[in-house]
Amino acid sequence: MSASSAGATGTTVPPVPPSLDAEPGAWESVPDALGHFGPFGGRFVPEALMAALDELSAAYEQARADPAFVAELDGLLASYAGRPTPVTEALRLAEHIGGARLLLKREDLAHTGSHKINNVLGQCLLTRRMGKTRVIAETGAGQHGVATATACALLGLECVVYMGEEDTRRQALNVARMRLLGAEVIPVTSGSRTLKDAINEALRDWVATVERTHYCIGSVMGPHPFPMLVRDFQRIIGVEAREQVLALTGKLPDAVVACVGGGSNAMGIFHRFIPDASVRLIGCEAGGDGLATGRHAAAIAGGSSGVLHGMRSYFLQDDDGQTKVSHSISAGLDYPGIGPEHSWLHDTGRASYRVVDDAAAMDALALVAKTEGILVAIESAHAFAGAFDVARELGPDATVLISCSGRGDKDVDTAARWFGVLPADGGEPAHG
Amino acid sequence: MTAPLRRYVREITVTRQNEPGARQAGAGERPATGALTDSSDRHPDRHPDKHADTDGPSRPGDGQQVQAQGTRGRLADTFAAARKEGRSVLVGYLPAGYPTVDGGIAAMRAMVEAGVDVVEVGLPYSDPTIDGPVIQEAVDAALRGGVTTADVLRTVEAVAETGAPALVMTYWNPVERYGVERFAADLAAAGGAGTITPDLPPEEAGPWLAAAGARDLDSVFLVAPSSTDERIRMVTEITGGFVYAASLMGVTGARQSVGAAAEGLVKRVRAVTDLPVSVGLGVRDGGQAATVAAFADGVIVGSALVGALLDAERSGSGLSAGLDGIRTLTAELAAGVRRPA
Repeated sequence: MSASSAGATGTTVPPVPPSLDAEPGAWESVPDALGHFGPFGGRFVPEALMAALDELSAAYEQARADPAFVAELDGLLASYAGRPTPVTEALRLAEHIGGARLLLKREDLAHTGSHKINNVLGQCLLTRRMGKTRVIAETGAGQHGVATATACALLGLECVVYMGEEDTRRQALNVARMRLLGAEVIPVTSGSRTLKDAINEALRDWVATVERTHYCIGSVMGPHPFPMLVRDFQRIIGVEAREQVLALTGKLPDAVVACVGGGSNAMGIFHRFIPDASVRLIGCEAGGDGLATGRHAAAIAGGSSGVLHGMRSYFLQDDDGQTKVSHSISAGLDYPGIGPEHSWLHDTGRASYRVVDDAAAMDALALVAKTEGILVAIESAHAFAGAFDVARELGPDATVLISCSGRGDKDVDTAARWFGVLPADGGEPAHG
Repeated sequence: MTAPLRRYVREITVTRQNEPGARQAGAGERPATGALTDSSDRHPDRHPDKHADTDGPSRPGDGQQVQAQGTRGRLADTFAAARKEGRSVLVGYLPAGYPTVDGGIAAMRAMVEAGVDVVEVGLPYSDPTIDGPVIQEAVDAALRGGVTTADVLRTVEAVAETGAPALVMTYWNPVERYGVERFAADLAAAGGAGTITPDLPPEEAGPWLAAAGARDLDSVFLVAPSSTDERIRMVTEITGGFVYAASLMGVTGARQSVGAAAEGLVKRVRAVTDLPVSVGLGVRDGGQAATVAAFADGVIVGSALVGALLDAERSGSGLSAGLDGIRTLTAELAAGVRRPA
């Protein structure tokens, strides 16, 4: 029995539809013209940014209707980012779990190591189209920052990345990576010095430089049109995966499982499946030390409706509406909110959300590495841990599609410390 | 379609029409066919009473109240009185709770005694994305000190006792969390004159305008150099008391000079409204106050005043030194608005 069938599935992929295709359907009307997903979303920003958001909305609408833009983006996605990414069937892992068939959508194999490249290529092409020359971005773990620095290098744009000082220490290698790619990395020392404060600082930069600067938001969050725009650029994940799963199994998957911080890989893989009523959509929020401890990043399970970073959505906040600091071993999920479309998917029941704590995610990371030879990002490991439960619940006749959103090279240090497998620790795994 | 899918897709129309917080007539009637519709289609013939139309049964007759805002509140009296004196109004900002709740109240009272006409009481917030480093530092300290929304309302009450109109300057989330109706009721009960809500756009302001309008509170909104004439019209139609014109594109903070864009922006605002126009962002001394007073009805000063308190705290010289600094700077600014340059 072979460990994996990655090669076989990779070659049976039919031609994929263009990245920005829009199958006609009523769900295309979400969000409304002002960016509302039900009561969520909207534009809660200072008046000074309204003109730029209108400009971006207009530029995007024009671009997605322009065959030349779509062709350039699709060309880069194929020849530069490495799309389509394969679907890998995880046979040994599924055997170990003892439930449904497990199919992995391999965004970890995209250029820069995660799905983030899909969105930044789209936004950086839009930046150029708007005649802007400077791009700013926020980053937590550094994956979005690295992807943005990469696209800016490719397209000759100036790049500035805001990163919480705390995170620049935790993810020092990604800081070096961004600098090698020609980006300026600015450590943020305000507030809690993490991702949410990096976003605050990027917003402050943007309002002062908006004439020549585009703010390349890294997730399906922020003021309209960002949640829609980032979703549309990430939608390719689900568009490809749906075709690939159909080709491989002859039917739709029974469930699609993804990790959710802001929620861009999840929205990307979910969106094409929304009209497929038989497909369960399941997001996995970061449970940190456990929901009961209060030290987590689960905005839906442990938060409430509020307004932050330009959008109405679910957030971790106290009784006075002050944002609570989130906690997760995964820097990429360590955000006290979630994108507005996820909040709407949750409230309408079209998607459901589970909580995966640090320990379960790290166990999943180790198991996937040992059974499949894939070292996934800690973010993605949350999706795997959630999917294991789903696979057992659905049983052996079912198929579960997992968003393998990123690779774990950036997390080797964290994982090695967690499991005690560094030579300095004596070489004896503590949990392995 | 299954029930969840039907809800996901269709309820957006229902939401737009029936829910308190529905934004605008039109959005629900004409679903976008693509992912986006033309931004120029968004605000056709906008009128303040559109908000009343869409905000449901809890807001009887507020369209009229919204329209009457500009001539209703106590701010109008303040601006009228200053105009009679041939000068501009001086608006001073300090955050509640810094260095303590009582210290903040003392600082605001000192500001009024030294010549500030209108007080902006800042509601400290964890994510002040529109503020520069000076206000961030004071606000962070206030939050570490445990300041609450109730403390802010107590501060408003203390300022209102001086006779100067007190406006709460706040990011939107704390108001929503406190409860829109409850906040309006408690602010009115505390004697507050109204609010300034820089991250609440007109498109989302319906519920607040209804709650504030029912209690004669003025709702101040901002315009910026980047605002189109169409947006300036939209903002001024729902604004009460005065229009807050941001002098430049950027966050709060003292600057060497006030943005040259300010005068042009004031002119564009005056072309569409009779409301007084106040200019804020960057004003730090009497000379700049005089410059702005030459073309604006009001001069707004924040970071420079906060800086006076921060300097005293940093140097360890304590609140009384901070109050001295506030009085000195306020007197200079008050002289500035009386000699337009």
